[in-house]
Amino acid sequence: MPEPLRLQGISASVGYAEGPLFNLDGGTARYTGKATAGEEKDALEIAITSATDRLATLIESADDEAAGILEFQLAMLQDEALTGPAFAAIRSGMPADMAWRQALDAEIAGYDMSDQDYFRARAADMRDIRDRVLRALTEEQESAAPAGAILYGEDIAPTRFLETDWSGGGGIALKAGSTASHVAMLARSRGVPMIVGLGVVSLGSSPADPDGLALLDAEHGGIVLAPSKAEIETFRRSSSSFAARRDKAEVYLAKPAVTRAGTTVRVQVNIADPSEVDGIDIATCEGVGLMRTEFLFGKAPPDEETQYRAYRKVLEWAGNKPVTIRTVDAGGDKPVPGFTVAESNPFLGLRGIRLSLARPDVFRVQIRALLRAAVHGNLKVMFPMIAVIEEFKRAAALFAEEQTGLIARGIAQKMPPLGIMVEVPSVAIAPEAFLDVAFLSIGSNDLTQYVMAAARDNTAVAHLNSVRHPAVLRLIGSVAAFGLREKIPVSLCGDAGGDPAAISALLEAGLRDLSVAPAQLAMAKAAIADVTV
Amino acid sequence: MSAFAEATVLITHEVGLHARPSVKFTKLAKSFAAEVEIALAANGPWFDAKSIVKVMAARAPKGTMLHIRASGDGADDAVRALAELVRRDFDEGAGHARTA
Repeated sequence: MPEPLRLQGISASVGYAEGPLFNLDGGTARYTGKATAGEEKDALEIAITSATDRLATLIESADDEAAGILEFQLAMLQDEALTGPAFAAIRSGMPADMAWRQALDAEIAGYDMSDQDYFRARAADMRDIRDRVLRALTEEQESAAPAGAILYGEDIAPTRFLETDWSGGGGIALKAGSTASHVAMLARSRGVPMIVGLGVVSLGSSPADPDGLALLDAEHGGIVLAPSKAEIETFRRSSSSFAARRDKAEVYLAKPAVTRAGTTVRVQVNIADPSEVDGIDIATCEGVGLMRTEFLFGKAPPDEETQYRAYRKVLEWAGNKPVTIRTVDAGGDKPVPGFTVAESNPFLGLRGIRLSLARPDVFRVQIRALLRAAVHGNLKVMFPMIAVIEEFKRAAALFAEEQTGLIARGIAQKMPPLGIMVEVPSVAIAPEAFLDVAFLSIGSNDLTQYVMAAARDNTAVAHLNSVRHPAVLRLIGSVAAFGLREKIPVSLCGDAGGDPAAISALLEAGLRDLSVAPAQLAMAKAAIADVTV
Repeated sequence: MSAFAEATVLITHEVGLHARPSVKFTKLAKSFAAEVEIALAANGPWFDAKSIVKVMAARAPKGTMLHIRASGDGADDAVRALAELVRRDFDEGAGHARTA
């Protein structure tokens, strides 16, 4: 029997799905070359016409939102600026399939390289156009996914989404993908659970298993392949409790979070990608409690301008409300080519602030982008994986140095309050060393895994990985008490903050400031309303 | 009759001159006989406003000053109509930006 495999990504559309895994990245049929350039040209023309007709048919039955997406593809296919280079290549002797692929790949590369989420996300539409015509050329039929299947692959084409019957359930799990893609928008508006960013993983034999059952938890952004009986049972409980909570929670979204005893709780959101804020009404939350910056470091460390624009976008969206940006937490389970180092035990190695301090060339770029972005809103900055006060002092000194540099160059900047994540047990046990920090933010995921010595990504020890273990709760309680005594604000930004089962314990431990995934906002508020603290 | 016209208009649409707006923009441009071009700066580079490939290639986000110019028959009308479309936020309510 294959071992259960748990993969973690980012939720693009919240919900639960249980079903067979369906591999989207099947092979493509081979194109048979023609005798003359004239015949190649005809073949491509016929394929484009067939793709165009198919799109036109889809548009007829599509709703407004879907039609908008399809019309974009149709306009592209009808544009000679797109098809011209392919026909030119055919005239110079290239077979139709290669000519089309080459022309479209050149166009796709331009979108992939864009520093704007919106344009980059259009690469998926361009791939859809490319593959639609290629399929028409090879007369290959797309194999239909069984009802209720979880579609798994590199990325998914918008037309594939629209041609899939979702009435029987099912969901989407992508290795790449984007929360800003057309499919992600469609999935959110139709309530199809979807996660993206699972990364490149070897699945071994599990997905080839014909019964390859998978459990998609798009509330927390995870998927379990080849699950055990116990995992299936737990999943079904979470899934039905989610459905019940969602129905009940909607009414709480627009209200402030207040417990049954009248205690006000500040609820902020965690975001991983700046485009996520487009789907959130700022009036429903108190700001951003954690903005991750790893997404910017996907393929390589990003330049200052790219970072500055990403931070500024979120700050402007939040207006006067605070936005807490965490400096890059690469390493651990989040490798970045050209930045992180290969280690035998990465969770205990050079990750978070340790890596940033070891690579000041990369860190200084992020610091400058943050100092410049700070003038556009209410920015706070925190450092991940702080273990000793010296790390905080060195990081703060780099901020001061870069600020001096920006002032000398006459560039607008502002020093944000600097705080730390409380996730290494040394900080939670002896917080008195950290009187100089502006705020403390408890990272419950890492704190739990370090206190319990149970890796977050290992299902075999998942039963140990509980934030509600008395040892973890006692540490959270003592950090909250320390903050109250020393007048240092304490918040919590791990998954526990959005977990209705944990919220009561967190409030009892003294916390009044939680940051949760956007999809959990309503349910977290609903759970808070039930607490008697 | 003028055979050349130009205008500058601020893009206020949440995601810029992007997929759906660019479909509307090129469709409208194609309804005029005049040659129509857009640019993000007064000195170019200029992109064919009737080609969605070129319009998307201009990568015009929210907050961009979009330069529109036209020459030939109906140049005035073309520039006026296109600038008006941008000003009307491509006839999309706030609802679109929210689902985005």
